[in-house]
Amino acid sequence: MSLVSIRDVRKSYGAQEVLKGVSLDTGRGDVVAIIGRSGSGKSTLLRCINGLETYQSGSITVDGMAVGDGKTDLRTLRRHVGMVFQQFNLFPHLTAGENIMLAPTVVVKEQKGEARAVAESLLEKVGLAGKFDAYPSQLSGGQQQRVAIARALAMRPTVLLCDEITSALDPELVNEVLKVVERLASEGMTLILVTHEMRFARDVGTKLVFMHQGRVHEEGPPKALFGQPATPELAQFIGVQP
Amino acid sequence: MIQHLNFGDLLPYWDVFARGLLFTIVLTLTSTVAGLTLGTAGAWARTFGPRWAGALTRAYVEIIRNTPFIVQLFFIFFGLPALGVKLSENTAAFIAMVVNLGAYSTEIIRAGIEAVPKGHLEAGASLAMSRWEIFRHIVLKPAIMNVYPALSSQIIIVMLGSAVVSQISAEDLTYAANYIQSRNFRAFEVYIVAALLYLLLAIGLRALLRGIGRAIFPKG
Amino acid sequence: MSDFSFWIILQNLLLATRWTILLSLIAFVSGGIVGLLVLLARVSHGRVLRILSLGYIEVFQGTPLLMQLFLFFFGVALFGIEVSPWVAAWLALTLWTSAFLAEIWRGCVESIPKGQWEASESLALSYGEQMRHVILPQALRIAVAPTVGFSVQVVKGTALASIIGFVELTKAGTMLNNVTFRPFLVYTLVALIYFALCFPLSWYSKRLEGRLNVAR
Repeated sequence: MSLVSIRDVRKSYGAQEVLKGVSLDTGRGDVVAIIGRSGSGKSTLLRCINGLETYQSGSITVDGMAVGDGKTDLRTLRRHVGMVFQQFNLFPHLTAGENIMLAPTVVVKEQKGEARAVAESLLEKVGLAGKFDAYPSQLSGGQQQRVAIARALAMRPTVLLCDEITSALDPELVNEVLKVVERLASEGMTLILVTHEMRFARDVGTKLVFMHQGRVHEEGPPKALFGQPATPELAQFIGVQP
Repeated sequence: MIQHLNFGDLLPYWDVFARGLLFTIVLTLTSTVAGLTLGTAGAWARTFGPRWAGALTRAYVEIIRNTPFIVQLFFIFFGLPALGVKLSENTAAFIAMVVNLGAYSTEIIRAGIEAVPKGHLEAGASLAMSRWEIFRHIVLKPAIMNVYPALSSQIIIVMLGSAVVSQISAEDLTYAANYIQSRNFRAFEVYIVAALLYLLLAIGLRALLRGIGRAIFPKG
Repeated sequence: MSDFSFWIILQNLLLATRWTILLSLIAFVSGGIVGLLVLLARVSHGRVLRILSLGYIEVFQGTPLLMQLFLFFFGVALFGIEVSPWVAAWLALTLWTSAFLAEIWRGCVESIPKGQWEASESLALSYGEQMRHVILPQALRIAVAPTVGFSVQVVKGTALASIIGFVELTKAGTMLNNVTFRPFLVYTLVALIYFALCFPLSWYSKRLEGRLNVAR
């Protein structure tokens, strides 16, 4: 039984169909790396999973909760689905620690002291111990993104969605963020990532999904797909001769 | 106890309303043209003009923006005659409107000028254009385009502010309303109708300004 | 009676200025409170609330403040309630202020990047919680400068209360002019006093704005 199950999802903006019937299964502990050209629908698909985008037909369930059928409360869903964004989207008026504590205290009604302890340990986990009182503007892009990961983890999500989380970073800051994600993967966190980091997708991913023109064009074990792409489109995309 | 509203008592005075409305429209249009001209000159002085002109303009802008329109109007109509400058009600109203809009539009257009990329000025200078030519041909139009929405809002605010000219007996829409309610004692109904007419004027003026903007600016 | 000395004129104007300041303060505060409610309606998810608040803003921004004053002054009397100029001016200025502040603040709320909404939404915050903890605190920071700037309009707006007979600075000026026949002196002083009230606010607003731009 898969944790995140996507069945024949279709979505269009006006006349343009961006998702043309996508199906995808993610098991507990899987690390799914979604790759593809910009405009292939990969980010849209990810945003459908936590209800930031709506879709017109098909179904998505997360841990048995249906997304976007109007019956499941999106807030209940989102307590179990974390999301990290390309542009970090930290709250600039709150410190790193307050960013992490916000949802646990406001949504889950955790005690301040308890939430603070959790936030401190999460900051330590992402290598930012001592940055509790720093404002986002005082942190580098890589540090901000690691705070954003800690913020999502504070809700103890069953699955974490990462939307091109290294694309807005300077090249030398990419690795510090990927290392954090890699550690999460090794601890058994279920991850679905849209990424341009091919090496990361191959080495850390348990499943590779290549999206092309609104469809899952190819999927399978990353090493196999990178070694022997079945379609010319994937071959061209990853730059090997078929 | 609520008295019955009676708008029928207004009908015999429709021509008074019409004359007042016409006056407000003419006053607004003429003072807008003159006010924007003054504002353009002021903005030039603040950015391209000699130092002394810039300082003088700045003082003018600050004085006008930090005093009520009604006081400016009273100063021009009641105060200036003491210096030997006698003005009719209508002239005083017109001048007050122009001076007022001139100050606000100076500031707005100046902001528009400062938003024009420096590279455009340098390009103009490289083409051997004079400072005036650069202002006239390169800066002015994009500057006004930058701030056209703000300029439009200000014109509407000044139009609505013109209701105050009734206080020196310039015969505008509000003056008409005051006159009618003093005759038929239907103050509330009269002012409701007047307010509605102003609202229509504001909506119409906004549409007009948008149309002008579309005509003047490419894909504005 | 043209032997009214300069000092007596100035003293009387300054005494009346107290009422200008008081009316400004009260109208600004109550206008701010009403404006916040209008803002919340304007940016709410409810269609009806949005349309109603839009109409409210359009009407109060699209008609002269003077008409609004007249309507409160003469309109409430229709209900058989005697309204003092003071109450009419307070009510009219409150609603007028609220419409402008709501619109200014809406601009501030809408300037908050979409990512802030999405990030807080993804953390399972409700609409109210997003507003309270994420959007409004940021919007407030941006709103301070234009809000202070608008307070200048409120101070100037109180001058219109003179027309319905409320004795504040402008009305005092008119009355003094009627007895002293020194319009140039009287209206120069009136203008200077308004300037002394408004200029610091304008200046402070501009400084705040500049500081915010540097901070970004």
